[in-house]
Amino acid sequence: MCLAVPAKIIDRQDMMATVEVSGVTRRVSMMLLPDAKVGDYVLVHAGFAIQTVDEEEARRTLELLEELAGHEE
Amino acid sequence: MRSKAEDSRRLAAFFQGEIARLATRPVRLMEVCGTHTVAIFKAGIRQLLPEAVELVSGPGCPVCVTPNGYLDTAVAYSRRGDVIIATFGDMLRVPGSSSSLAAEQARGADIRIVYSPLDSLAIAAAAPAKKVIFLAVGFETTAPTAAATVLAAEQAGLENFYVLSAHKLVPPALRALLTAGGARVDGFLLPGHVSAIIGEAPYRFLAEEFAVPGVIAGFEPLDVLQAVYLLVKQIAAGEATLANQYRRVVPPDGNPAARAVLDKVYEEADAAWRGIGVIPASGLAVRDAYRRFDAPAALPVEAEETRDHPGCRCGGVLRGEVRPAECPLFGKACTPERPVGSCMVSVEGTCAAWYKYGAGRWQA
Repeated sequence: MCLAVPAKIIDRQDMMATVEVSGVTRRVSMMLLPDAKVGDYVLVHAGFAIQTVDEEEARRTLELLEELAGHEE
Repeated sequence: MRSKAEDSRRLAAFFQGEIARLATRPVRLMEVCGTHTVAIFKAGIRQLLPEAVELVSGPGCPVCVTPNGYLDTAVAYSRRGDVIIATFGDMLRVPGSSSSLAAEQARGADIRIVYSPLDSLAIAAAAPAKKVIFLAVGFETTAPTAAATVLAAEQAGLENFYVLSAHKLVPPALRALLTAGGARVDGFLLPGHVSAIIGEAPYRFLAEEFAVPGVIAGFEPLDVLQAVYLLVKQIAAGEATLANQYRRVVPPDGNPAARAVLDKVYEEADAAWRGIGVIPASGLAVRDAYRRFDAPAALPVEAEETRDHPGCRCGGVLRGEVRPAECPLFGKACTPERPVGSCMVSVEGTCAAWYKYGAGRWQA
């Protein structure tokens, strides 16, 4: 039930936003994530954006992992 | 340049090797979230782990932990001619004491499947003569969406929208499991999307009070493998801390705006969990200020006396004490087509996941 999918905000109208997931657009409520902006990647659950996906953190995790695996070679 | 797939394979191999090297004694890791249960099966994570590492599912499927009494109440509401039930799809086939919403729907009850709680407001606006009751089930991930829907109903001036709350909170259930001790958990894979709302702090007691490590984990195969690695590494070193593997989605403080919405509409209350019983302050009740949206307060209804199926071991499965195959009904009297217990209904239920993805291994 706690499934959530990442989507990109492409338009924002007050407390609603249009988001895009793999080429499909849908409207979601921004009531739980009022500060997110157009261009942000957000996690969508049950018709609401619930969290911002931190791209910087995602990149850092990947780098750290690569470094970790690199030591094993 | 290496491809992304190659990188993933290298990383998976690294984690797999490290886990095998570090797991020098048997460890039991509990994945608390039903979405993790399914992700673990889909990615074949168990096949990558050494025998010493056992993954056991916990009480992390909201539909599964909802007790019969709640379903009986929902069934009683659905039998009223002036009510429309709005619900997430996976509640439909959960058996109550003597009926289910699917059975009531077949008899003519007006039950609508919604993707978002907000969809129930459109139903309410289009049917002003009816009372629309949203079955508010779910953990901290979902509860703020129901709370926001109550606020939106108030703003829209809707007078025929109600919630029937069975929301549950994850940390009190983990405390109850550790206090009871029966599950013998050496470490927790903590639910990433619950954590996206509540952040890290509510889990600190795991390490501080029970010396059990926890890792907040994402849902990609590599996320799960890394989380298992981080747990096994801590256990091997005799350490217990809270780690956050899913930082790209879970900031340390979670989502304060969502918690503020939740806190405006709901307050903590004792709640009954299937298989565990009543856990103090582990559920959410509608605050007095929003009582007119609270179905039991605004529209009292009489439900049948609650009975549990005597053979169903869903309770033990939810506590991580019983494997699905140890239940005499599993795969025989109880299948996804004809479920006896809630763990076989939801796609994220432990029994349903073992039945669907276990490839017969449960027969061994």
